[in-house]
Amino acid sequence: MIEAAVIGVGQTKYEAKRRDVSMGGLVRKAIDKAMLAAEVDWDAIDAVILGKAPDMFEGVMMPELSLVDAIGANGKPLLRVHTAGSVGGSTAVIAASHVCSGNFDTVLTVTYEKQSESNATWALSPKYPYSPHINAGAGGYFAPYMREYIRRYDAPENIGWKVAVKDRLNALKNPLAHLQIPGIDENMVAETPMLWEPLRYLESCPSSDGACAMVISNKKLAESRNAAWIKGMAVRSEGTLSAGRDEVNPQGGQDCAKDIYDQAGITNPFKEIDCAEIYVPFSWYEPMWLENLHFCDLGEGWKLTEKGATEIEGDIPFNMSGGVLSSNPIGASGMIRFGEACLQVTNQAGDHQVDGANVAMGHAYGGAAQFFAMWIVSNKK
Amino acid sequence: MTEEKKDFFVSDISLSYQYTAGNATTRFLNKVAEGKLVAQKCPKCSAVYVPPRGSCPRCGIATEEELELPDTGAVESFTIVHIPIPGNPIVPPYVSAMIRLDGADISFLHLIQEIDLAEIRIGMRVQAVWKDKSEWGTTLENIKWFKPTGEDDVDPLVFKFKE
Ligand SMILES: [Zn+2]
Repeated sequence: MIEAAVIGVGQTKYEAKRRDVSMGGLVRKAIDKAMLAAEVDWDAIDAVILGKAPDMFEGVMMPELSLVDAIGANGKPLLRVHTAGSVGGSTAVIAASHVCSGNFDTVLTVTYEKQSESNATWALSPKYPYSPHINAGAGGYFAPYMREYIRRYDAPENIGWKVAVKDRLNALKNPLAHLQIPGIDENMVAETPMLWEPLRYLESCPSSDGACAMVISNKKLAESRNAAWIKGMAVRSEGTLSAGRDEVNPQGGQDCAKDIYDQAGITNPFKEIDCAEIYVPFSWYEPMWLENLHFCDLGEGWKLTEKGATEIEGDIPFNMSGGVLSSNPIGASGMIRFGEACLQVTNQAGDHQVDGANVAMGHAYGGAAQFFAMWIVSNKK
Repeated sequence: MTEEKKDFFVSDISLSYQYTAGNATTRFLNKVAEGKLVAQKCPKCSAVYVPPRGSCPRCGIATEEELELPDTGAVESFTIVHIPIPGNPIVPPYVSAMIRLDGADISFLHLIQEIDLAEIRIGMRVQAVWKDKSEWGTTLENIKWFKPTGEDDVDPLVFKFKE
């Protein structure tokens, strides 16, 4: 059994360009909010765990070192985590593991990206030696997987538009979300330019600046607070260039989900999980992950999306905060999912709160859809 | 007269680095320089890797046995890219495809050209179009692109790995 709980979540406002703050200022804003929510002072923090996506995104190598004062890690154990786009999730799992180890009562964890200080799309698609320069950003890399999903299950084109609309309507209920597009509908999405077929502009995530922090503690502090108890957590990875790999439904994701459900005693995730924040940077990943995470049978994911099951009022709400499709400070995007799951079960999600949410899931994936991190949180110890 | 205040400015930086291809890739690229596509096979599960990385991620063991594959294959999946890559002469829209060579168990990304974009589909048979021999080097860029062969499509089930 996991003896750790999230006692405070802090997020910045997500924007295309946070020019009012430096990287240090950005992470500190999230940390201050998390510590305020957790009702803890610096004396209570025993270690700091920082995560972010590749250093080349901003061109600052090992930023955990230059940020040491901003993140309050001076004189304290400090660890940096990096697992591509899933890093926000795996950082949360690793921070919680440190609490579970018994060596730390309370751990501060923070993740961020300041995408405006570089260009992540092209940082992800350099010309590699000895090979043709073809790939055009993460969307270009994932689009063939989505194409294969559509072919395999004969999914209609507008499913992607539907996800794009649903998440942006949710974002209108989250004042921290980057994209705020009043009046968005399927026609508006369908009329935006095609980027990487089948993905249109509004079916893709934005490029954001932002940070997310959490304070994770054991029962000594958590029992007297409005805490989100971690019931199951796991990470998995799989080889990108492995024969037999199914990019549409990766084994690593299936196994990771099964692991956290077993830990949490969940046998029917569709029924027993009240809502989920799932890493959907491109529209088609919603139906794909519905299936990969065992919320439904293969080929049924797009039908759940089609009938509105993933809307805030639906059977299994996905991405109430607006999700990665509305805010994407890459390094933080996974932790935002994990933190938003905590806000839901502690009834702190504001206008995007799911009524009566007791059990929620946070999920992140990254790399070539080969890194996975997930957790289940509950308001009951 | 107004004075513009600038808090941020864009400054390009460059990074030079040395890339070491490694043993398996070096062997592969030396053959590519002769116009041959040489895969490596896992001694345990028989998976055939091209380009080879020297090991089988399924079994965690080295892949020593080499076998030459034809320059024909099929489209496992694809996307049509509509945005230009900075500093790259390819003009969009262009097809970026996961090409599965005949006899291989993984795909690699390459271009498909000499095709009407509306015709491209999963399972389509394709063949490499090589640059002139005088331009060959140790790079997969020796293949300009792949083009349709006109043969019947393959059933996408053939892409499923069978041990
Ligand atoms: Zn093998």
